[in-house]
Amino acid sequence: MWKTIKRWYHQLGSPVYFYRFSSAVLPWLLPISVVLLGVGLAWGLAWAPVERYQGDSYRIIYIHVPASSGALMGYIAMGVAGLVALVWRMKMAEVMLKALAPFGAVLAAVSLVTGALWGKPTWGTYWQWDARMTSMLILLFLYLGIIALQSAIRDPRQAARAASLLAMVGVINVVIVKYSVEWLQTLHQGSTLKVVGESSIDAAMKWPLLISMLGLWLLYAANVLMRARTEVLNRERRAGWVRKLVSRPRGI
Amino acid sequence: MSGVWGAALRRELTLIWRAPADMVQPLFFFVVVVSLFPLGLSPKPALLALVAPGAIWVAALLAVMLSLDGLFRRDQESGALDQMLTSPVVSVVPVAAKLLAHWLLTGLPLALMAPLLGYMMQLPVAVLDTLMISVLLGTPTLTVVGAIGAALTVGLNRGGILLAVLVLPLYIPVLVFGAGVVRTAQDGLPTDGLLAVLGAILALALSLGPVAVALGLRISAGD
Repeated sequence: MWKTIKRWYHQLGSPVYFYRFSSAVLPWLLPISVVLLGVGLAWGLAWAPVERYQGDSYRIIYIHVPASSGALMGYIAMGVAGLVALVWRMKMAEVMLKALAPFGAVLAAVSLVTGALWGKPTWGTYWQWDARMTSMLILLFLYLGIIALQSAIRDPRQAARAASLLAMVGVINVVIVKYSVEWLQTLHQGSTLKVVGESSIDAAMKWPLLISMLGLWLLYAANVLMRARTEVLNRERRAGWVRKLVSRPRGI
Repeated sequence: MSGVWGAALRRELTLIWRAPADMVQPLFFFVVVVSLFPLGLSPKPALLALVAPGAIWVAALLAVMLSLDGLFRRDQESGALDQMLTSPVVSVVPVAAKLLAHWLLTGLPLALMAPLLGYMMQLPVAVLDTLMISVLLGTPTLTVVGAIGAALTVGLNRGGILLAVLVLPLYIPVLVFGAGVVRTAQDGLPTDGLLAVLGAILALALSLGPVAVALGLRISAGD
């Protein structure tokens, strides 16, 4: 098992292998993610039961929770990619880090907007300086910082390494920010989905949520793969395999 | 190693000492920004005391951040930075000396000035020592964390705004706890726990920060 993971890690570290692997995966990943997201959203928005206190307004959860979790996971993934890029100088980790940022920033923004829209009917306000909302806002700032730093440095390797360091510092910062603003004040409800133990959300509402969450994560993954493929081609444009690829009438 | 440390520290202190404007300007900025609040809001004592912790802390935050923009630039232009990075000495040592010198000549004066500004902002006298201790504990973290951003942007022409975008989100925990300590003291509650949290953040920044700054400088040098 460990050997397989190790071999996989080294294989995916090679741009050529990654390009072939993603060519094989993407035609499946993209349609599956779109279908899952479509099914989850349609089920959640149209067929899931009405909530007792919040009425139909709770249905925004089917966009809000997947977007928030995606934004958070994306940033943590950037921190991990940054660590790998700085410690082992793995080129693909740099590529991944760059590919993760834009969609993650969009998800953070979506989470904030849907949260505000959900907050108005339930809490009576679009915005409160509550712990989770503030953390998400700062997460968005951190995403934008990474994108700004990357676009300011011309050399792609140097830009990626600088962003790696910033992403790692950012991950530590997100943890501290979360506790600091939680100490400040909190209005947001606790999570109703639990990996371990009984979820406090009804099964009829939980399943569409899980499906749309999975769909959005896979869509994020597909987006990252597509961005990473473009970046790989751009970085390796002088390599033999890219020349062969573009001179051939059809892709690998 | 103590020889290198001492020499590096002496160099940094001498450099700053010979250009006193670099040292005085952050302090001046701090005083000016805080004095804008009574003029912009209203001179009512109750209102000022309410906003004082946040206003003083935000001003301190900006003063430290703006002073960091030039932290490595002159060394980079003169080539001293490359010398430092290629020398056989572990680059963390001169970097740490630089950070200490920067804090001694910007963060420390801010902390000493804070009680006076607190008094001008109508904070109760009993709270002023807490304000000073909080600035004393918080500014080294600001220096170290901001220096990471300064190291990453040292070679770029448009440092200023980019540095702010990178660094200000990282300053938020210090701001929350720093201003929070003062507000807690204003309410007459014990502040030990929050000061301990500020100290813990400082310990984290001091232990990992200089390494990160040195790494950032290496990245910027194209290593």
